[in-house]
Amino acid sequence: MQDSRFIRRVTDKALVSFTLDGETVVAQAGDTVAAALVAHNASPLRHTGLSGAPRTPYCMMGVCFECLVEINGRPNVQSCLIEVQDGMQVRRMHGFRKIEVRHG
Amino acid sequence: MQNTRADTTIIGGGVVGLSIALGLLRAGEKIHVLDGADHDPRASLGNFGLTWLQGKGASYAPYTRRTWQAITAWPDFAATLQDLSGIDVAHHATGGYEFFTDPDELDGMAADLAAQSNTLGPGFSYEVLDNAALKQALPGIGDTVIGATYTPHDGHVNPLRLLSALRKALQNGNGRISNGWVVQDIRRNGDDGFTLTNAKGDVHQTGRVVLCAGLGAAALGERLGFRATVRPQRGELLITEKLETRLPFLSSTLRQVDEGGIQIGGTKSDGGLDDREAIEKMRFLARHAVAVWPALKDVNVVRSWGALRVMTEDGYPVYARAPDGSEAYLVTCHSGVTLAPLHATLLADWINQTSAAPDLEAFSDARF
Repeated sequence: MQDSRFIRRVTDKALVSFTLDGETVVAQAGDTVAAALVAHNASPLRHTGLSGAPRTPYCMMGVCFECLVEINGRPNVQSCLIEVQDGMQVRRMHGFRKIEVRHG
Repeated sequence: MQNTRADTTIIGGGVVGLSIALGLLRAGEKIHVLDGADHDPRASLGNFGLTWLQGKGASYAPYTRRTWQAITAWPDFAATLQDLSGIDVAHHATGGYEFFTDPDELDGMAADLAAQSNTLGPGFSYEVLDNAALKQALPGIGDTVIGATYTPHDGHVNPLRLLSALRKALQNGNGRISNGWVVQDIRRNGDDGFTLTNAKGDVHQTGRVVLCAGLGAAALGERLGFRATVRPQRGELLITEKLETRLPFLSSTLRQVDEGGIQIGGTKSDGGLDDREAIEKMRFLARHAVAVWPALKDVNVVRSWGALRVMTEDGYPVYARAPDGSEAYLVTCHSGVTLAPLHATLLADWINQTSAAPDLEAFSDARF
């Protein structure tokens, strides 16, 4: 796994922990999920549905939709707009989202 | 200021104008398309992309027949466009549903389909499904949908790729398209063609002119002696994020684009040339989609827009030659996508008055 390209500013903020695909990640309180993920390491957050190309957060302000992840079971969430919470379950996305059709 | 000249000039570079231009080009004409401004209302950039027969012309047999003819010609037309442009317009005749929550509306559509069947004969088939039959055909349908109608003839295309394919096919055949050429005035040159001018002072001479300017036809049509009474009707559309899961049906209000997003549409409102989408209409569309297919309930909508349909008084097309007998033609219709295969073939025969010219009297401009 490639190390993060970012160096964290040292602050006295509290630490929170969440999981990325089941692996524990430590972040600072107040981080957006996208910021916490790019600070964690340099791996792509998702692969596109059209070409399978790897993607990582880009604009960090809700415009580019490159930072989509699944958060607590909800797919295609813009992780740059969500503040990380202790115990959050984040998953990378591969391809377009699926929908579950209930029969009956 | 520029001076240009052409044998045949099409005013309007939307799906209707380009389809007719392609037909004339393939019949050997030299053609020049004058397309308007970027900010013009462009139904060709905002439409839903259906190739639809169900319910159309139930009380006007000539329209049902021409629509049926177009639907039948679509597969070959899509293949021709692919050959001429290299672009796949993603035509799929999947069959289409109309879903109902109101029993009277379902009965009304069933009566319309019976009328269509009566006009079209045994080649046409349809089904009326009650709630139980529909649940069997489409498990996952919403509980508030009490029934549906279905025909195997309906389908859809990618409408933006259709527009690109038509443009490309035309350009590959040495047809000329001028963008941003807003015709301000048309004058008849005695017995010898027409002079067109725009606000920049450009002058264009043409032997023949075909007016396919959508909502712009009203003002220009008058100069050629047409009534050309067209009015805008706004429709709102939503499109969702792309999904891997395929929607197992096509309906007139819900369709999954070949690229994966689900397009939701079907609102109708009269607000003049204002094409801005209204929030209450968008809310209605979102609720409708979830009522029909509850699995869509938390799918994200990523874009929405409003666009203006081009409506004649009775909703049927107008195919008309200028009342003074000059070489000016008016073509306007709501269903430019569905009818494109006819516009690209029959209308060339009609304009050129070949032996294969169709009888289009039922669609005259004088019927209003």
